[in-house]
Amino acid sequence: MLIPLLRKYLRPYGWPILWVCVFQFVQTIASLYLPGLNAKIIDEGVAKGDTTYIWQVGFLMLGVTVLQVVCNVIAVYIGARVAMAVGRDLRAGVFAKVESFGSQEVSAFGAPTLITRNTNDIQQIQLLLFVGLTMLVAAPMTGFGGLIMALREDVPLSGVFLVVLPALVITLGLIIQRMRPLFRLMQTRIDSLNHIMREQIFGVRVVRAFVREESEAARFAEANELYRGVAVNVGKLMSLFFPLLMGFMNLSVVLALWWGASRVGSGNLEVGQLIAFQQYLIQTLMAVMMATFMFMIWPRSEVSAERVTEVLDTVPAIEMQPDVPAVELQQGSVELRHASFAYPGAEQAVIQDVSMLASPGETTAIVGSTGSGKSTLLGLVARLFDVTEGEVRVDDHDVQSLRPVDVWSAIGLVPQKALLFTGTVASNLRYGNSNASDDDLWEALRIAQAADFVEALPEGLNASVSQGGSNFSGGQRQRLAIARALVKKPKIYMFDDSFSALDYATDAALRAAMTPVTRHATVIIVAQRISTIRHADRIVVLDEGRAVGIGTHRELMDTCEVYREIVLSQLSPEEAS
Amino acid sequence: MSMHGVGAKPERSRNFKQTFGRIMRRMLADRIRVFALVTFGAIGVALAVAGPKILGHATDLIFEGFFSSRFPEGTTKEQVVAGLRADGQDELASLLDAMNLQPGTGIDMTALAWILGLVTLLYVVSSLFTWFQGVLATVVVQGMVADLRNEVEDQLNHVPLSYLDGQERGEIMSRTTNDLDNLAQSLQQTLSQMIGSVLTVVGTLIMMLWISPTLTLIAVATIPIAIVLTGAIMKRSQPQFVAQWAETGKLNAHIEEAFTGHDVIRVFGRQEETQEIFDETNEALFGAAFKAQFISGVIQPLMMFVSNLNYVLVAVVGGYKVATGSLSIGSIQAFIQYSRQFTQPLTQVAAMINLLQSGMASAERVFEFLDEEREKPDNITATQLPDVDGRVVFDKVDFSYTDEPLIENLSLIAEPGQTIAIVGPTGAGKTTLTNLLLRFYELDGGSITLDGLNTADIGRKELRDDFGVVLQDAWLFEGTIRDNIAYGAQNPSEEEIVAAAKAASVDHFVRTMPDGYDTVIGDDGGGVSAGQRQLLTIARAFLSNPAILILDEATSSVDTRTEALVQQAMNDLRKGRTSFVVAHRLSTIQNADLIVVMDHGQIVEQGTHEELLAANGFYQRLYSAQFVTADLEA
Repeated sequence: MLIPLLRKYLRPYGWPILWVCVFQFVQTIASLYLPGLNAKIIDEGVAKGDTTYIWQVGFLMLGVTVLQVVCNVIAVYIGARVAMAVGRDLRAGVFAKVESFGSQEVSAFGAPTLITRNTNDIQQIQLLLFVGLTMLVAAPMTGFGGLIMALREDVPLSGVFLVVLPALVITLGLIIQRMRPLFRLMQTRIDSLNHIMREQIFGVRVVRAFVREESEAARFAEANELYRGVAVNVGKLMSLFFPLLMGFMNLSVVLALWWGASRVGSGNLEVGQLIAFQQYLIQTLMAVMMATFMFMIWPRSEVSAERVTEVLDTVPAIEMQPDVPAVELQQGSVELRHASFAYPGAEQAVIQDVSMLASPGETTAIVGSTGSGKSTLLGLVARLFDVTEGEVRVDDHDVQSLRPVDVWSAIGLVPQKALLFTGTVASNLRYGNSNASDDDLWEALRIAQAADFVEALPEGLNASVSQGGSNFSGGQRQRLAIARALVKKPKIYMFDDSFSALDYATDAALRAAMTPVTRHATVIIVAQRISTIRHADRIVVLDEGRAVGIGTHRELMDTCEVYREIVLSQLSPEEAS
Repeated sequence: MSMHGVGAKPERSRNFKQTFGRIMRRMLADRIRVFALVTFGAIGVALAVAGPKILGHATDLIFEGFFSSRFPEGTTKEQVVAGLRADGQDELASLLDAMNLQPGTGIDMTALAWILGLVTLLYVVSSLFTWFQGVLATVVVQGMVADLRNEVEDQLNHVPLSYLDGQERGEIMSRTTNDLDNLAQSLQQTLSQMIGSVLTVVGTLIMMLWISPTLTLIAVATIPIAIVLTGAIMKRSQPQFVAQWAETGKLNAHIEEAFTGHDVIRVFGRQEETQEIFDETNEALFGAAFKAQFISGVIQPLMMFVSNLNYVLVAVVGGYKVATGSLSIGSIQAFIQYSRQFTQPLTQVAAMINLLQSGMASAERVFEFLDEEREKPDNITATQLPDVDGRVVFDKVDFSYTDEPLIENLSLIAEPGQTIAIVGPTGAGKTTLTNLLLRFYELDGGSITLDGLNTADIGRKELRDDFGVVLQDAWLFEGTIRDNIAYGAQNPSEEEIVAAAKAASVDHFVRTMPDGYDTVIGDDGGGVSAGQRQLLTIARAFLSNPAILILDEATSSVDTRTEALVQQAMNDLRKGRTSFVVAHRLSTIQNADLIVVMDHGQIVEQGTHEELLAANGFYQRLYSAQFVTADLEA
C-alpha cells in the first residue's frame, strides 16, 4: 500500500528528488574521500613528522568538508521541502476525497476515523519520507562507496566484510521481524487510547452526570497500560540496535587489526592504509544501520498508508459528473416516482416504493415514527443519497441527470442536528448566500424568531460562534440554522424536524412569519408535532419506509390508521377533529 | 473563539528550557531506575572508552613490528637512531627513538592477540551494559509517558465544563492525542541515546586529558563554536516547531468541523470555501513544518564541519608532537579516535535536538492543558444521609455564563416525589438549570439545597450519584448496547438491563440488531437513529435508579407514538422520585405537580396545569399557541 501511494504522490516531485540524489551523491563522495586524506595525514605527515604536508592535506580536508556541508544542507532543504509537501498534498487529497463523499460514505467510515486518517496517519507517512529523503538516500551510496574504497585499500583484508556484513544484516533482520507485529499492535492500541479520549471529551456531560469519572479513568488506565506494555517491548528491541551496532563495529575493527597486522607484518599493507580501511568499514556498517532505521519506521507508516489508501480508493456512490451541463432550477417542484433506497448489503430498504409530489407554493409534510425513513427521504431529494430504484425528479429533471451542485443551490436545508460553524453569527447566516446584506440577515433572524437574542449579544451579528455552535443553546442553534436557510432564499425549503427544539409559541410565531417568504417556494417539513403540520397542503405518512397515506389532515384522519394513532398520541379527540 | 473568554489567552513566551526541565523532573521521579540506568550507562561507556586507548597499544605494536623488521637483526635501537641522524633523517630518528624498537624482529603476534582479546571482551561487556541502560531508559520513558497520559485523563475529569465548552473540541483532541503521541515518540528515541552521548563526552574527555592535555585543549577549542551554532539554530527552529503543532491543532479542528458538518456544507454549496480554509491552514502547516525540519536539519551537517575542523587541528599539532617524539604514533591514533568519539556524540545530540524540539513543543501544549485551572475542590462540610428524600430548593439563585446576567434571583421548591416541569421559550435558561443542579457550573449567588443541605457543601460525585439524567445530546460510547445501558449502574444483572430496555421501549429494536444486546454501536451513528439513541439513553437512566431524575428535552427526537410508550414507563419511574422535566411538548407535562414557566432567566409563573390555565397568563399563551397557529395561518 505504501509504495503505490508514495509513487503516486512523489511523481510531481521527480526533479527535486533527482536533485536530492545529486547533492547527496556529491556529499557521499566527499565523505568517502575524507578517510583517504586521513590516511595520508597519518602515513605521509604524522609518521614522517612532515607538518607542512599535514597543513596542506588539512586544508584540502577542510575544503572537502565545506563542500560536503553545503551539499548536505541543500539536500536537506530540498528533501524536507518535498517530504512536507507530499504530506500537505496527501492531506489535501484525503480532504478533497472526503468532501466528494456522500452521506453514505461518511457514515460508513465514521467522522472520527476520517479525521485521524487525515491528520495522524499522514503525519506518519510524512515522517518516513522526511527520514528517507534527508538521511537514507545517502545510505546505499555510502555503503557501496565504503565497500569499494575498502577494496581499493586492500582486497584480501576486505574479507572482514564477508564475515561482518552478513552477521549484522541477519541479526538486524531478526530484530525487525520481531518488531513488525509489535508495531502494528502499538498502532491499534494507540488508536483505541485516542478513541477513549475522544469519547470522554465529547461525552463529558454524561460521564460526569453518571459519576463515571473513576471507571472511565480505569478504562483509560487499562488501555494505557496495554499500550505501555507493547511500547516497552518495542523499546526493548529498539534498545538492542545501538549496542549491537557498536559491538559489531568495534569487533570488526578488532578483526581488521588482527588480519591487518599480519598483512602489515608481511609488508603487503601500510599502517595508514589499515587505519583508512577501518574507517571505510565503519562507514559501511553505519550505512547498513541507517537503512535498517528506515525499516523500523516502515511498519507504522505502512499501516497508516493502508488506512489512507482506503479513503482515497473509495468511490463515492454519487459521482460528480464533470460534463453535465449546468441547469438552473426555476420552479422547485419535487416528485418521487416509485423511489426506493437501501444501504448496500442491507436486508431491508429504508425507503420502499414511495411516490409523492411537492409543488411550489405548497407545504408538504412528512410524518412517521422514529426510523420510518423521513430524513432519508429528504436526503434523496437533496442528493445526499441516490435512489436504488425509481427516480426523484426536480422540475421534471431526474436529479441523477443533474449536477449535484445545481440541485443543492435550489435547496435550503435545515438539518435535524442544527450544526453551526466556527466564525461569527453573520458568517454562519451568509453560509448559503455570501452576498446577503446585513438587512437581509436581520430580516431572516426576525422571521426565525432569533432577532431578540442576537440583538442581546454585545457584538450582535459579529458575535463569535464556536465549533458546532456549542456556545448557543439547542433552540438558539435551531433558529440560527433556520435563518441560515432563509438567507439563502432557495426554491425548495426542507425542514428536517427543525422545530422540535422550539417551544410551541416560538414554533407558531416562526411559521406564521415564514408564510409570506415561502409563498412561492416548495416547502417540505419533516415533523413530529401534529400542530406543526396539520395545516399542510399535503401530508405524507411514512411507516417503515412506505408511504401509507397521502392527503390532508382531515382526509388522513378518516383513511389512515397510522396517522390517526400519531395524532391521538398528541391531541385529545376534540382537538384532533 | 470562545464565548467565555477562555480561549482568548495571550500567547505566552515559549520556553524550551522550562518545558524540558519539567519533563526531566518527572523522569527523575523514578530515582532508582534513573540511578541504575546512569550507572549502567557509565560502565558501558567507561569500557567502550577504554577501547581505543588499548587499541592504540595494538597500533604501536604493529608499527614497532613494521619498523623493527626493516632493520637488520643484531643492531640495537641506539645504533639505528644514530645511523638515521647521520643520514639527516632527524624526524624519523626521533620518532623511532620513542618506540620500543627491536630490530630484526617482526610484529609480536602473541602480544597483539592478548591485547585484541582483552579489547573484544571489553567491547562485548560494554555493549551488554549499554543494552541494559537502553532497556531501563525505555521503561522509564514509557512509565513517565503513561503517567502523563493518566494525568491528562485525570485533568480531563476535573477541568470545569466551562473550559471544555469554551474550547474547540478538535483542538483539545489534538493536544491529548497528537501531541502526547509525538512527545512519547520523541522522548523514546532521544533519552537513551542522550544519556549515552553525555557520558561518552565525559569519558572521552578524561581519556583525552590522560593522553595529552595540550591536544585536548585544541580539540575542545572547537566546542564553543559548536555550541554557539547549535544554540543559534535552535532559537530559530523552536518557534517553528511550536507553530507546526499549533497549526496541526487548528487543522484538526477544521477537519473535525468539515467532516461532522459534511451534509450541511454540501447542501449550502460551501465546499469551495471549506476547501479554501483547509488549503490555507494546510499550507501554513506545511510552511511551519518545513521550516522547523530544515532549520534544525542544518545542525547535523554543521556539527560535521566542526568535527572535521577539529580533526585537522589535532592532526597538525599531533603530527608535530609525534615528529618531535613527545607522543607515540599509537597514542596519536588513539587520540584522533577519541576526538572523533568526542564530537560524534555531540553530532548525535545535535541530530536528536530536532526531534526533541518537536517533542518539547508538544509537551508544552500538553502542559498547558494540565495547567488549566481545575474545578474548585469539593468543600465537603455536610455528610449526606444515605437515603435521599429529594427535596430540592433553589434560593435566590444568580448565574451567568458571561458578563450578561442570565438567571437572576430565581427561587423554586421541589418537594420529594414531585414532578417539576420547566417550560418556557427557547433560551429562557431551562437547560442552564440542569447545569446548575448537577454543578456543571457553579452559582454566582444564592444557593441550591438538597434535603436542606447546600449542594455546594456536598461532594460533586455524591451529589450526582443522586441524579439520573437524560440529556438532549444522546451520547453513547463505543461498546455493546448492553454496556451502554449498564453505564450508570453497578454490575446490573441481565434481567435488569432487559427490563430497563423494555421500559424505554427499545427492547424490540435491540433484538432486530444483528447481535442483539451485544451489537457494538459507536459514538457516530452506525445504523442507530437519533430517536433510538435517545431511547437507549433513557434506558440507561432507568437502570441507574436515581433519587432525582432530570429529563432535559429527553424525548425531543422520539416520535410521539413511541413517546407515549416511554411516557408511561417514565410515569412509573417517576413514582417516589423528584423529577425535573424540561420540555417543549406541553402535552407531556400536563400532570406535573408543579409547572415552572421561565422567561429570560426568571420564573414568570408557577403552579399546576389547571391553575396556570386559569391564571390566563404566559403559560396559557404558550399552551394555546398551537391553536393560535391555525388562526395566523388562516
